[in-house]
Amino acid sequence: MKLSIERGTLLKALAQAQSVVERRNTIPILANVLIEAEGAQVSFRATDLDIEVVDRAAAMVERAGATTVSAVMLHEIIRKLPDGALVNLTEDAASGRLTIAAGRSTFSLATLPKEDFPVMATSEYSSNFAAKAPELRRLFDKAKFAISTEETRYYLNGVYMHVAQGEDGPVLRCVATDGHRLARIDAPLPAGAEGMPGVIVPRKTVGELRKLLDDDDATIAVSVSETKVRFATPVITLTSKVIDGTFPDYTRVIPQNNTRRLEVDATEFAKAVDRVATVSSERSRAVKLSLDEDRLILSVNAPDSGAAEEELAVAYGDERLEIGFNAKYLLEIASQVDRENAVFLFNTANEPTLMREGNDTSAVYVVMPMRV
Amino acid sequence: MPALCRDCLTQFPAGTRCPACRSPRVVSHAELDSLSIAHMDCDAFYASVEKRDDPSLRDRPVIVGGGSRGVVSTCCYLARIRGVRSAMPMFQALKLCPEAAVVKPRMQVYVQASRAIRAMMEELTPAIEPLSLDEAFLDLTGTARLHGAPPAVMLARLTKRMEEELGLTGSVGLAHNKFLAKIASDLDKPRGFSVIGRAETADFLKPKPVRIIWGVGTATQTALETAGIRTIADLLRWDRADLVARFGHMGERLFHLARGEDHRRVSRDEKVKSISKETTFFEDTSDPDLLDGHLWRLAEQVADRAKAKGLSGRTVTLKLKRGDFQLVTRRHGLTGPTQLADRIYRAARGLFDHAGTKGPFRLIGVGIADLAPESAADLEGDLLDPAAEKRAAAERATDMIRERFGKDAIIKGRALR
Repeated sequence: MKLSIERGTLLKALAQAQSVVERRNTIPILANVLIEAEGAQVSFRATDLDIEVVDRAAAMVERAGATTVSAVMLHEIIRKLPDGALVNLTEDAASGRLTIAAGRSTFSLATLPKEDFPVMATSEYSSNFAAKAPELRRLFDKAKFAISTEETRYYLNGVYMHVAQGEDGPVLRCVATDGHRLARIDAPLPAGAEGMPGVIVPRKTVGELRKLLDDDDATIAVSVSETKVRFATPVITLTSKVIDGTFPDYTRVIPQNNTRRLEVDATEFAKAVDRVATVSSERSRAVKLSLDEDRLILSVNAPDSGAAEEELAVAYGDERLEIGFNAKYLLEIASQVDRENAVFLFNTANEPTLMREGNDTSAVYVVMPMRV
Repeated sequence: MPALCRDCLTQFPAGTRCPACRSPRVVSHAELDSLSIAHMDCDAFYASVEKRDDPSLRDRPVIVGGGSRGVVSTCCYLARIRGVRSAMPMFQALKLCPEAAVVKPRMQVYVQASRAIRAMMEELTPAIEPLSLDEAFLDLTGTARLHGAPPAVMLARLTKRMEEELGLTGSVGLAHNKFLAKIASDLDKPRGFSVIGRAETADFLKPKPVRIIWGVGTATQTALETAGIRTIADLLRWDRADLVARFGHMGERLFHLARGEDHRRVSRDEKVKSISKETTFFEDTSDPDLLDGHLWRLAEQVADRAKAKGLSGRTVTLKLKRGDFQLVTRRHGLTGPTQLADRIYRAARGLFDHAGTKGPFRLIGVGIADLAPESAADLEGDLLDPAAEKRAAAERATDMIRERFGKDAIIKGRALR
């Protein structure tokens, strides 16, 4: 294999590949990236056995071929090369090394045979559709904070992507929850997604997927099967196993009869929560919301360290209510609101509270109160 | 070389016999008057208490521990001669020493004896760090003027008082830090008094196996052996950086301890770090119902303890010992601390189901760690488990009933399994 490629192009292609590679690895080949050169293109493939990413870039290929080298090391080398450099990659089959030359720098890296590299088995996807990058970005960005890290409830360690019945017909829906808060985000159902099986997309995949979604004009080809999900742009293909488990029936969790309505400026609310929570050193900081006629008092009382109180002007017309929440959860939920006021719908101080943006039901959040 | 008689506490300049009472129990060392960090370890504590309280046991081997399926908790020196050791399974101990008297532990009595010893220590110094009921570190630095005698004399007086007033013996290690003091107390057991001074520290440590270092267990020992390190002398040949690179945080400790350097203070910190309960079965079992019943009872005992101490835990731990003695431990981090038996049980049950090991088991244990005050416990419900709130309320109600009518007034059916 022999090729030359512009440093910036190479760095971009490698960045995604190396981030999939697990830092702590017991299988040496999994630390490597598989480089395959053919025609006028070079591809970089990396995997952790659950996720596989293939990144393609244009290159001047003098001699086709394939080999594997340490993903992290190659990425580091390319990163440190000066911008605009032309990088030559040459595989020396005799010494089993890959030579990287740019300007006056030369490196040679140990290789492992390409045959040892585990390539994820291709599978039949039952559903294929195209989704706009901004739509997917919104679906996953707004849901991912609620993903659980609890290992015994492994089926919560991802975002449940499925087709559901929204108020105005079928929607593509993403749900995540850790048992304390829940996010339910809807997007218009893309053509071709109708019969898609519901899948739980693992946390790490959600993180990797996010890197494909920065371009507002991009269209992502999504393929889904019972066991795998694939997201592809013209240059990057991200394939991931999905979590093998049943996502709980979240519809029971979303309160239907919460009538006490609070409307508040989300930014002001978040700032106030952040301020009063400062006095508590506890890891789970409880903030008390005391609601009365158009008035909200946020307070924290930490016996060991101090107390804080702040008053906000709000829209609230129901009877008095005192309810506590974990400050972190309130902040995370409030930060999802970016266009209109945050609307909270309460029931009692012990029952789940619902939050949404204005009257928009395409993104709703549920949070469990905390005893205060 | 200053010397001290441990029987009449006479101090004299040199000699192997006390000039006053002719006793041979003399300790002499060049640094005797300047060392002040001590480790006091009672000799076969539980067994000694039993022998004291029942003179008929005095000349018999005594093993303190539970049932024929249990393990040896402590054994007296007569039993040790026969090869019995603590933590040994009882059947094995009885094979080695069939005529031994097996006594069920009487923790209350041991706690009382321990308190009496602690009170005597308090008279010597406020800097006491108890390691368990029967051993403690003492820092007597700067107490010589107060007591009108160097630490060595005060420590000899302490063990003498323990013998006279409590009928219990102990061994003392005196050195210039905790690491060496602990090693010293083990050198001359029982009724010992050993000194490791600054001058001989290096020579003393060199030939010792690495196992002597506190914290070096079987796993570390194997790792060290792979690196060709068997003795402290081997360790001394390694650079600090190399040790750290190879053994991480432990490498740093090994580097210093191999040189006899230990700057840890004797601290009174009596904080509880975890609460756990375990049970050894009469017969190895893999019966899921039986194990489930044990899980519940253990979770309940842990919860009772946590409630009594006003504590809660953020982590639930599960310990399983298989029939072949292989130990499996699992831990689970909760989203918030708990002191409820229900949550502890459910987490432990989840750990058990995912433990990835098949029985039969001979021991099962449940615990909580990463402790927090109870005011921070169980404040949040679970969206996906709406019944949790009700179960918690039921548990609180059960607790109140028990408080009033006794522990057996109300129990879960699960506890009968």
